[in-house]
Amino acid sequence: MKILVGVKRVVDYNVKIRVKADNTGVETANVKFSMNPFDEIAVEEAVRLKEAGKVSEIIAVSLGIAQSQDTIRTALAMGADRGILVQTDVDLQPLAVAKLLKAIIDKEAPSLVLLGKQAIDDDSNQTGQMLAALLDWPQGTFASKITVTGDGIEVIREVDGGLETVALTLPALVTTDLRLNEPRYASLPNIMKAKKKQLDVITPADLGVDVTPRLTTLKVEEPPKRKAGIKVADVAELVNRLRNEAKVIP
Amino acid sequence: MTDYIPPLRDIKFTLEHVVGLDAVAALPGNEEFTADLVDSILEEAGHMAEGILSPLNRVGDEVGARLENGVVHTAPGWREAWAALVDGGWNGLPFSTEWGGMGLPNVLNTAVHEMWQSANMAFTLCPMLTQGAVNAVRLYGSDALKALYLPKMVAGTWTGTMNLTEPQAGSDLAAVRTKAVPEGDHCRISGQKIFITYGDHDMAENIVHLVLARLPDGPPGVKGISLFVVPKFLVDASGAIGAANDVTCVSLEHKLGIHGSPTAILSFGDHGGSVGYLVGEPHRGVEYMFAMMNHARLAVGLQGLAIAERAYQQALSYARERVQGRPVGWTGDKNPGIVYHPDVRRMLLTMRCQIEAMRAIHYTAAASVDLAHGSADPVQRANAQTMVELLTPIAKGWCTEVGQTLASLGVQVHGGVGYVEETGAAQHLRDARITTIYEGTTAIQANDLINRKILKDKGAMIGAFLDQIEAQAKSLTGDDSVIGLGVAEGVTKARATVAWLVNSAGQDPRISAAAGVPTLEMMGILVGGHMLAKAVTVSRVRLASGEDPDGFYTAKIESARFYSLHILPHVHALAVAATDGAATVMRMDEASL
Ligand SMILES: Cc1cc2nc3c(=O)[nH]c(=O)nc-3n(C[C@H](O)[C@H](O)[C@H](O)COP(=O)(O)OP(=O)(O)OC[C@H]3O[C@@H](n4cnc5c(N)ncnc54)[C@H](O)[C@@H]3O)c2cc1C
Repeated sequence: MKILVGVKRVVDYNVKIRVKADNTGVETANVKFSMNPFDEIAVEEAVRLKEAGKVSEIIAVSLGIAQSQDTIRTALAMGADRGILVQTDVDLQPLAVAKLLKAIIDKEAPSLVLLGKQAIDDDSNQTGQMLAALLDWPQGTFASKITVTGDGIEVIREVDGGLETVALTLPALVTTDLRLNEPRYASLPNIMKAKKKQLDVITPADLGVDVTPRLTTLKVEEPPKRKAGIKVADVAELVNRLRNEAKVIP
Repeated sequence: MTDYIPPLRDIKFTLEHVVGLDAVAALPGNEEFTADLVDSILEEAGHMAEGILSPLNRVGDEVGARLENGVVHTAPGWREAWAALVDGGWNGLPFSTEWGGMGLPNVLNTAVHEMWQSANMAFTLCPMLTQGAVNAVRLYGSDALKALYLPKMVAGTWTGTMNLTEPQAGSDLAAVRTKAVPEGDHCRISGQKIFITYGDHDMAENIVHLVLARLPDGPPGVKGISLFVVPKFLVDASGAIGAANDVTCVSLEHKLGIHGSPTAILSFGDHGGSVGYLVGEPHRGVEYMFAMMNHARLAVGLQGLAIAERAYQQALSYARERVQGRPVGWTGDKNPGIVYHPDVRRMLLTMRCQIEAMRAIHYTAAASVDLAHGSADPVQRANAQTMVELLTPIAKGWCTEVGQTLASLGVQVHGGVGYVEETGAAQHLRDARITTIYEGTTAIQANDLINRKILKDKGAMIGAFLDQIEAQAKSLTGDDSVIGLGVAEGVTKARATVAWLVNSAGQDPRISAAAGVPTLEMMGILVGGHMLAKAVTVSRVRLASGEDPDGFYTAKIESARFYSLHILPHVHALAVAATDGAATVMRMDEASL
């Protein structure tokens, strides 16, 4: 079985995000970037499946600026077999990403596609769902466990009310949630080996996909500052305030 | 507490453009050392700093290392962190593949260690000392000793220590008393060592102590001291670990900072003598230690840079968030963070520009070590060796002094909460304080610079370096001439100081001893300015080609400008102090102090 994993280069999870003074976006000057944490989980899962003998090849795909190669190299050092970068300076939106991935998937024909449930920069949580729809494949989003069964996979999903188990036939698409696994750190020997792994760079035009943005960002603002908390005297007061002030219970 | 974020952009810029990795990559055996490999390694080392080491910095400070029933426990999570570094093959980064290392350049190891030291200085002392111990065995050990110990030490499954200090022997190693008595193919070691970093802990299978001790036939003074390998647990010919080797951790010190790093009092030979194996030839221990000292001093100097970087990140982050009053000249409607108060800016820039200068000094020194050892060209080797010698006392002496000054400024930026432990700013200051003391105090570094690097050849070596610095400074033109001028004027003062020292020092040995630290600081500031001036040259080229999407190169130039107007002028004041020699320092009667 062949797996395709999506890896995105995003502002590092430890960086305190600051909105640009002109409200057009977030500050990226002098900011550290690294692999989207949910994508790290996706790569880890793929590598574990390979180590368990269930997978023959892992392809890591990134889409974006040239520096995204670093992110692919990280995936290769973690254990992916080869990489593909679709290089563009255009700010890619989820639908464009989904279309580009579909074009690659049409060529590579993987049995399983693993993506992060969302990227921590724009938190869209759309790409996986859109891609599954474009492919007309079954999808298991927010996965906290993936088991390969006889003819497909079983995915435990983290849903609002608890956990949901779905059985998917292959080929299928899965998006990862936080509890799926704890990603490894790449070892130095593996980083050195990754250097020799194949990494192809192509463009959206090569795939025949129009990536022109369809959405316009009007304004980016800091979220409102959290108000200070208060202490309540008893449960009655708590319920009263939740009902009448916060209006979160009927 | 803020998280540590590896400053990869400046690290890579400094490596590629200020130091020039090409020369290192061109060395025989470095064929694999390419820019993309460097990027990948730095990324992952930074990832570990961020994800593993930095989160353990606080618990190291609060819980610290503890001695309970004769066993030293490191803070929760530290064992696992060490295991992660060992499993990842990181300890062997700079060592030969012959011993299981990765055979990568020293300069890359330095950049990796900078990030780890920033993330968690108390922790990173362990790999730092282990690498130092590897060097001792690698350079001077017998083949048998190497075969038995190096693979494990390179891997990090066994860690290393340096056992020099005794109660009566700190800066003055001639006073070492620990005894070594020959017995067959080994010696029996007995005596007490104090302040031994990672002298005992629970992170590794075995600990390999490198111990200075006296053989019975050794002459008094430093010429009678030998170097021994003394393992915590005996090792048989197959490398298997056996019985305990009569080394007792008597107690751990309670310290101002680096609480996570166990500082042990070790007693050797309470029960008949610890088995020790001579390293190299008898009576040459101090000489061997000195040869290794370059590595160790550079490694400690790196802590000065690292802790300053950490303190800066925290101060900057706080300054952007904390609102206090309306900064003078502010015209916006909402009051912004204190980062808009000119004096807070001044403090932050004071930190930033000296961090950049220190980084360039360290990486240059580290790359020079690579060139001095690896180049096929004898001229390149000799030039590189000169740089190592000149830069080592500066990288240790100056960078650690600046490191603690900047850690202190980091507290100042925070105001009152900086003094409160909760923010974590105070920990950096406490941790930084040791760096000017161990591995030779600042005074000892100053003595090295002034006696061995300036007076010994009557100022020739440093004179040639000053010429280079001046030529580079004079190449800065237009807007940047203010930076060039700052450096060039500094060179004039430094030359005059060197000339004065060369002429006067012979009259009274106290002159160089008193002038040492002011001279060291002066050279540190000046060489730092030179490094920033080099960065300006590169940044101008980039800017001219319209290549500055995120303002990085513009900021490099602004930083250098600040340095030249706020930091470099200290050279002039220090010249006054240095050229006063011992006159005023020793003038006041001791009883009046
Ligand atoms: C936390 C910690 C960890 C340490 N780790 C280790 C370790 O792993 N292994 C090890 O062997 N040692 C270790 N040390 C010991 C350390 O290297 C010594 O403390 C240091 O060398 C200074 O020696 P001292 O403490 O005896 O001070 P002293 O030598 O007594 O110095 C006191 C003062 O006198 C000055 N002074 C002394 N001699 C001169 C001189 N010739 N010229 C000018 N000024 C002079 C010094 O600069 C200093 O200001 C550690 C110490 C600490 C605190």
